[in-house]
Parts: sequence; structure tokens; C-alpha cells
Amino acid sequence: MSGIAAPQTLNEKDIYLPELATVRDVRPMTHLEVFLELALDSGNELGHDPGQFVEVSIPGIGEAPISVSSSPTQKGMFQLVVRNAGNVTRAIHGLSAGEKVGIRGPFGTSFPVEDVMRGKDVLFICGGIGLVPVRSAINYVLHNRQNYRDVSILFGAKQPAERLFTHEIEEWKSRDDVCFHETVDRPDDDWKGNVGVITRLIPKLKFDPLNTICVICGPPVMYKYVILELWWKRMSNDNIYVSLERRMKCGVGKCGHCQINGLYACQDGPVFKFSDVTDVPEAI
Amino acid sequence: MSVKKLDQAALDRWVDGLIETQKVVGVKAKGDRFAFGELTSSKELRLDYDVTILPPKKFFIPQIEDLLTFQKEEGFQSVLSHEPMVLFGVHPYDVFAISQLDVLFSEKNDDIHYRSRREAITVVASDVQRASDNVFAGCMGTATVDGGYDIMITKINGEYLVDIKTEKGEVLARGLADLSEAADSDLEMRDHIRENNRRNLRKHELRPAVGYLPKLLGETYDHEVWEEKAELCFSCGSCNLVCPTCYCFDVQDDFNWDMSSGKRYRVWDGCMLANFATVAGDHNFREEKAARYRHRYLRKGKYIPEKIGQIGCVGCGRCITACVANIANPVEVYNRLAEGDE
Repeated sequence: MSGIAAPQTLNEKDIYLPELATVRDVRPMTHLEVFLELALDSGNELGHDPGQFVEVSIPGIGEAPISVSSSPTQKGMFQLVVRNAGNVTRAIHGLSAGEKVGIRGPFGTSFPVEDVMRGKDVLFICGGIGLVPVRSAINYVLHNRQNYRDVSILFGAKQPAERLFTHEIEEWKSRDDVCFHETVDRPDDDWKGNVGVITRLIPKLKFDPLNTICVICGPPVMYKYVILELWWKRMSNDNIYVSLERRMKCGVGKCGHCQINGLYACQDGPVFKFSDVTDVPEAI
Repeated sequence: MSVKKLDQAALDRWVDGLIETQKVVGVKAKGDRFAFGELTSSKELRLDYDVTILPPKKFFIPQIEDLLTFQKEEGFQSVLSHEPMVLFGVHPYDVFAISQLDVLFSEKNDDIHYRSRREAITVVASDVQRASDNVFAGCMGTATVDGGYDIMITKINGEYLVDIKTEKGEVLARGLADLSEAADSDLEMRDHIRENNRRNLRKHELRPAVGYLPKLLGETYDHEVWEEKAELCFSCGSCNLVCPTCYCFDVQDDFNWDMSSGKRYRVWDGCMLANFATVAGDHNFREEKAARYRHRYLRKGKYIPEKIGQIGCVGCGRCITACVANIANPVEVYNRLAEGDE
């Protein structure tokens, strides 16, 4: 045999190896999105921070990056909302309670619910399924409501049938300590609320720009228009956090698909302080 | 460690001895060009090659590499390759590229699939004997190399100096113990050959200094050269595939026939391919050819240096040769960006 020394045993962590999780509950949410509640088979908590994502594996189909929608204050499980948009997400839509998936993560940066937002007014601006990751921060803040000052939530959907978390929205609406406004682009016959794009909700809003932290998540086209409106309200880029979607294929900063110029959305993001990406032309 | 001096017959005997005991991959002729492939005899080894079609990265990150196997309901298992291999005849610019991959695959999140292959490979480098048509390693500081290999072979006056650099290299060179050491005059001759390589491996002359490239690229984001060059681009990704420092990959799953077990593997991918940055819902974050073309240059010349402190281009010139549209010459682009700057 050769004189080459046998390579040392590699028993360290494989960054691509998913662990198993079991679907505990699955419910259609809209005609496009499904809601899932999962728990890791190890019995461990997922251990995520609000705004982070996981890679969900369907063996034989593949892996997709999915935002965690539940707050880490909810123990013993985590929740995802998945839009049917590709091979993996289609397979996720076919899952039933009791079935297993692979999970890697949590990955990426999170909304600064503790270090920056605590003691401040917080403003959440969500377009469509942008509400999914932001909900983890909203519920975290509401769970620790005494640590924050005014809490405002703006939500925009294309049409009433695409509104997410409608029960929770009713609850947020009914709370005295939450200011909730929503709008739809295309109303149906029953819709009695605001009509138009989400930016229209911003001028009416009252907030102190120096003491407000704003979190934005929505479709790519939304960010610059929302930020322009916030600038009219004299909001500083330092107080704005954006969650950006890219093709986070590996989640560990290797595969190259999620690069935003020199940044990796999967490691440096998905949550960025806006002032950190104003010189990053591909960001928004 | 020592430097041995071998004549052609001794080198052949050594290589043949290695082939008998382990997998030896070396540079072989392929038509009128050269490629790395498994050697069955020392006669196939062509240390006089100019450049290989594909870089040796394919042995560290194979074009298709199994990462995991799975069994439905039971979960996933890592697949790791530890196959010992000697990689014979790696040119200095490719040694630089391998050293970069070593850092990129281990920084922050260590990729054990890469590392298990890497640790099982012994790199026998070879100083360049013949310049390829498009090499510009001399301008990139990669025409010669002082580390990152286990053994370095340099041809002088029809004989070979075998410089044993590491313990791994020493194990490989055990059979050479009885051979004579290189004389000081041999080492002087080697210095001379290397000095010539630094001077001559410049088929394209880079005007801005290598260390200035990140700053230059940072200031030329909206330069017209991106549109101009990209207009002719077929988005074929050839420049990505032949690049020794391109390592982006896609991950795919396959079922076995039982439809309950299977594997997950990675395949080479390229940022010049049209759908590289497309997300679900068909939104492409780099839809324009020019945006993809610019991204590749910024990645090599700015983003990678920001990450590891080294330009991600080693001057091998393979992209220039591979590009069917003749737009992939990095030197042309860098010189153009620097125009008016001097």
C-alpha cells in the first residue's frame, strides 16, 4: 500500500447535513401559501432569532430556504409559511402531519429586537409574504410588549384573498397597544378597507423618526418606494432594517448564488441595516 | 527538507513506482492540448505542457460530487471521499488557486467534503516549461510559487530538481533517498529559470498593479466596458468552468429506483449563466448580461480580495482561450478600466 498517511478521521460537523423534523400541523393559508408547524426530532429547540431562515429538505426533491415565521418565544416547535413557487415548495405543499423533512439552520442575521429595538418605537412594514419572516419579530415584540414603546404594523397584500395570518391580524387590530393598518392593491366586493399600494399608508402614520426602528420586508420592487416615503418622514437609514430575499442555496456562504455584490444574503443577511447597504448597488 | 536532482530515467522510475502503489493523476496530452488525468505510465506524463484545458480544481471539487445519501423517514448521511491521490505537474498559478480554495472552503464554515479530499491529495507542482498562448501569470505574481505544494519539480538542462517541501512530500519522495542532492549551481540555475518565468509568462500585459485592482473595480461600477463586452456574451459559462478559482455550485437530489432512497450532490455552476441569481417566482436578481459579466469581474477583483486578501485571478488565461465570443480577457478589461487613470 502507499506510504501516504491515512487522512485524519473527519467527524466534525457537516455543514450540508440536515437533521430530521416532523410536521406537526399543516394548514392551507391562502391559495398560494401553506402553514406548517414542525418540531425537531432531536427534541431540541430550533434556537433561531426573529428573521432567520432554515433550509428545508424534501429528500429526492431538494432544499429551499424558508423564513421562520414563529417567534423564538414560542417553545417546542417552529412555524413556516411556504408559497408554492418551485419543485421543493410544491413538495412541501404535499406534506401531511406526521411526515418528516430535513432542516438545516437557522441561518443568517436577524431583526435587532433586543440590541437596537428595545426601548424604541417599532414600525413593521410588510408586503405580501414579507409578513412571514417579520411575524417572528412582531410576535417577539408583542410577547415582550413592555420592552418597547409604540408598535405599528403596516401590511399590504395584492388582494384580500392573499392576506396572511388573518386571525392574528384581527387580534393585532383589536389591541390598544398596537397600531395596525393594511391595504390591498385589488379589492374584492367585500373589501371595506384601504385600497392601493403600501406606501400610501406611510404619510398618515405618526412617529418620531429619531426614536423609531423600522423593519421592511416585501417583494423586491417595494423597498425603494417605502424607503422614499420614510425619508419624507425624516427617517434615518440607520434606523431602517431590510430583509432581502436571494437564492440562498447552501446557507453557509459557499455556493455563491445569494451574493448581493460582495455580501452573502445567507450570512451577512438576510436582515441588513439599510445604512450598511446604501453603497451596495445590487441590494434594492 | 531537501532538493534532489534526477535525470529523465530516474524521474520516470520514480513516477512508475508511485503509479504502482497509488492513484497518480498527472498532465497528459489530449489531442493537441493537455489535461489532467490518471496516469498508467510515466510515459504519459507531460511536464512540458503549456496549460491544461481544465484546472486541477476538478479533483478538489469534482464536477459532480455526492454530498449526502438519504433514506426517506430515516434521514441523511454524509458522503466523504478520502481517496489518496498524487496530483502531478501542477503549475504555480494553479497552486495559488488551490491555496485560495483551501481558504474559501474553510473560512467561517468548514466544508468537510472539500477538506477530506484536500487532505488526501499530495500536490507535486512543476515550474512552467512552456508558456501558453494566453498566460499572464507574470503580471499577477503567480508565475512562481513558494508554498501551497508538497513537492516542486523544476527542469534544468534536461534534468529535474525535485524540491521536497512538506512531510507529505517527503513520504512520496522516499524512493529518492539515495539520489544526489542538487548543487548550489543547480539552485542558481533554478532561480534564473524562475526569474525568466516571472518575466515571460506575460502574453498580455497588465498595466495597473495587481494590488490596485480592488480599488479600481470599486470605482468603475458604471463603466461602459461592462455593456460593451457583455453585448457579445452568450452566457455559456465557459469562463466559469475553466477558471481555477471559480467554485460556485448548485445542489441537486436524485432518487434511486426504489423511490425512497437516493443522494444529494453538488455540481459546478457559474455566475455567467442566465438563471444563476433567479429565485422562486422567476425573479432574476441579475437579469442583464452586463450585470452578470460585471459581477464575475468584481467577484475576482474585489469581493474575493475583501474576503481573503488575494485577487481571485491567477493569470492562467484559460478564460481567454475558452471564450467563444472573445470577450473574456481580464487584462483587456482591467487595462480599459484603468485608462485615464495613469
